[in-house]
Amino acid sequence: MVAATEIIDSSEQLATELVSIVGADAVLTETETLRPFECDGLTAYRELPLMVVLPSSISQVQDVMKACSNRKVPVVTRGAGTGLSGGALPLPNGVLLSLTRMNDILEVDVAARTARVQPGVTNLSISDAVRHLGFYYAPDPSSQIACSIGGNVAENSGGVHCLKYGLTVHNILQLKVVTVDGQLMTVGSEGLDSPGFDLLALMTGSEGMLGVVVEVLVKLLPIPPVAQVVMAAFDRVENAGDAVAAVIGAGILPAGLEMMDNYAISAVEDFVHAGYPVDAAAILLCELDGTAEEVADQIGEVEEIFRTQGAMGTWVAEDAETRDRFWSGRKAAFPAVGRISPDYYCIDGTIPRRELGRVLVRTAELSKEFGLRVANVFHAGDGNLHPLILYDANNEGELEKTEELGNQILELCVEVGGTVTGEHGVGVEKLRPMCLQFEDAVLEQFHQVKAALDPDTLLNPGKAVPTLARCAEFGAMHVHKGNLPHSNLERF
Amino acid sequence: MFTRAIYRIVILRDFDVVGTDVSGELVKAVKAAYQNSEKLRIRGGGTKSFYGNPVIGTTLDVSEHTGITSYEPSELVITARAGTRLSEIEKVVAEERQILAFEPPWFGEDATLGGTIACGFSGPRRPFAGSARDFVLGINCINGKGEYLSFGGQVIKNVAGYDVSRLMVGALGALGVICEASLKVLPQPEVETTRVLELDKRAAHVEMVRLMGLPMPISGLSHCAGLLRIRFSGTENGVRAATSELGGETDRDGAEYWQQLKEHQLNFFNRNQSLWRVSVSATAPSLELGGECLLDWGGALRWIYNDSSPESMFDAARRVGGHATMFKPDSDWPTGRFAPIAEPAMGIHTRLKSAFDPKGILNPGILYGNC
Repeated sequence: MVAATEIIDSSEQLATELVSIVGADAVLTETETLRPFECDGLTAYRELPLMVVLPSSISQVQDVMKACSNRKVPVVTRGAGTGLSGGALPLPNGVLLSLTRMNDILEVDVAARTARVQPGVTNLSISDAVRHLGFYYAPDPSSQIACSIGGNVAENSGGVHCLKYGLTVHNILQLKVVTVDGQLMTVGSEGLDSPGFDLLALMTGSEGMLGVVVEVLVKLLPIPPVAQVVMAAFDRVENAGDAVAAVIGAGILPAGLEMMDNYAISAVEDFVHAGYPVDAAAILLCELDGTAEEVADQIGEVEEIFRTQGAMGTWVAEDAETRDRFWSGRKAAFPAVGRISPDYYCIDGTIPRRELGRVLVRTAELSKEFGLRVANVFHAGDGNLHPLILYDANNEGELEKTEELGNQILELCVEVGGTVTGEHGVGVEKLRPMCLQFEDAVLEQFHQVKAALDPDTLLNPGKAVPTLARCAEFGAMHVHKGNLPHSNLERF
Repeated sequence: MFTRAIYRIVILRDFDVVGTDVSGELVKAVKAAYQNSEKLRIRGGGTKSFYGNPVIGTTLDVSEHTGITSYEPSELVITARAGTRLSEIEKVVAEERQILAFEPPWFGEDATLGGTIACGFSGPRRPFAGSARDFVLGINCINGKGEYLSFGGQVIKNVAGYDVSRLMVGALGALGVICEASLKVLPQPEVETTRVLELDKRAAHVEMVRLMGLPMPISGLSHCAGLLRIRFSGTENGVRAATSELGGETDRDGAEYWQQLKEHQLNFFNRNQSLWRVSVSATAPSLELGGECLLDWGGALRWIYNDSSPESMFDAARRVGGHATMFKPDSDWPTGRFAPIAEPAMGIHTRLKSAFDPKGILNPGILYGNC
């Protein structure tokens, strides 16, 4: 056992070494300066890191990684800290590597339709920087005003437009990555593929477990000349679900297709007055984009489908102002719920769309059983469900109850053939449902993948993939379908 | 136009699986090979066996593992066993007016899903719709220890665990024997038409780069034998407006051109010479190594016949930010067919190979020396 004084000594030595790399103003060790880094967007989990280091160049990141690697000190990389799964939760014995100072757009190549950016650049600022050229960066997570592109790569972020335009993995070409021992590696290429294994795909969404992303080459798309939105109200959630399937079945690929349930509609309407019908059981927002002719061809068709599927009413946003108003409600859904409840907890399961009715009915039952309200917002086009559980952390035991409800909703998602996380990542939050989604051999294979890139488990250890022992502990609490999971592990 | 869709979507039938599940036998075979340290050469329909470095090993035939196991058009997802013929999959999705949007080349009637995903080839629609790996949602495979593993799933958005499904695409079986794959499908475009313009290569290249930057419903951009062809896909009025804006002649044999380009059946490919595949940025300059060159993917994919040395091709492509592959050698090829990978990425390749295939029994050496 290492004595406490030894840890303090070695952490002082590490701090001195890091100061020599990045300068005194870029190493934080005092409790009050560490405090802002104690959590990410998942505020229920907090921890102070040993220290925070803020490099401003690739070579500094390399030297920091070398120093930490030599001392076997774990490193948690953090972008803007907007993640919702605790992926950037610090470790008390680890360095928090914040990349916010690396926030330059290095190059925009209009002809090649690419931008080379540093990891701390915010998602929206890429689109802002190229808008006057007629381009944009497609993935648009709701936190896009604040979240960083490095974090987007780590989480493989999506957004409301990913049904048509894909996730982060579909919209990046190349990464520069610093390995755990400080080597610089380029994955992907300026072309559309690269030789060997697809390390670009492996790195994307790996939650900071395999390397540190220090530069990103993103694809830019031409801004569609026209985008139009149809809103439809339904008196039954099932009809709204069928309407979504009908739009897709008709061969239409909307840019965005969003659903909100009655509770979410009311919360939003009280907050931003988007003009939503508050008596509807569910509303759909369907955005179509493309050339004027393409959109004109499809918008009437979508409206007709919604009516055929039993919509109580449909509204086409005829101008940009109305379109923005329709979207303002959807985009304000989380803060609107935050307004009516002291705390809320966002779930991120994805389900096959056909299971929507069943999942919503069961969620409502669970909500009653637990005595916690649930508002549902849903990226309906791609099956990504965001139930928001309303709770009050000041009431004793309510957070635990909320997490238990969340777990049960995620178990339901797995049961119907979906996944425990569509876009927020596993982080620390979804380790338990991961045990249900994946078999031991698969989890073990994931650990071996990590070991191939991070043999000493220094990069964001303990996140994203649960250990089998951890799953066994969870399993002891929960018997799934009458089977004790991970039964091949010894119990203590 | 509108009524065609309505009744179809709500019918979610239980898919009658026509095919044979031999995954049990495949697992047994890989387990035995692992125990005996016996090298395996994985084979599907054999239509792409020209690709990759030669492998010496006992043949593991996946072509009997067949059948579409689920297909729900309104979910935009199809799942099939690896030996399922691509022809069958494309026929089934076409009946629902859907497509595999990465336009996979078959290179023969016997092409299978597994081989397609293992090679990771994509056709002319790739820069506009995405690649094979972009459409893979989940893969079940057998690793080198004989463990049957499921990665990803059947939903479009899924970030649980590392993206091993996409890592398998283009890995040529070196990380696992692909047994089943789920792919995202897309609606078939309502209308497709091709315009043709007479332009030399340089002028065509400039025009392609210009067109790629415009918000037009384009789905193919290729230059061959002095002709630039532009394919438009979309709604009727959308395509009409775009084509009239562009000018040029309608190519009545357009559909055939794209099909023959995808399958390498154009006259261009009819040569007794080794074929290089060069993947670069669409704006990259010509490699200036001589020979004949066909441009696809708006200039980002270049098929080249020349007699340059492998080193000079690899270097030239690398210098412009891309890579060259010896796609189809005319005769025995003396060296590696894929561009060398620098450290530390090469070391990671080796360690990833060991992570999935510790004894190195799956298609050993098909990509590089030890993987």
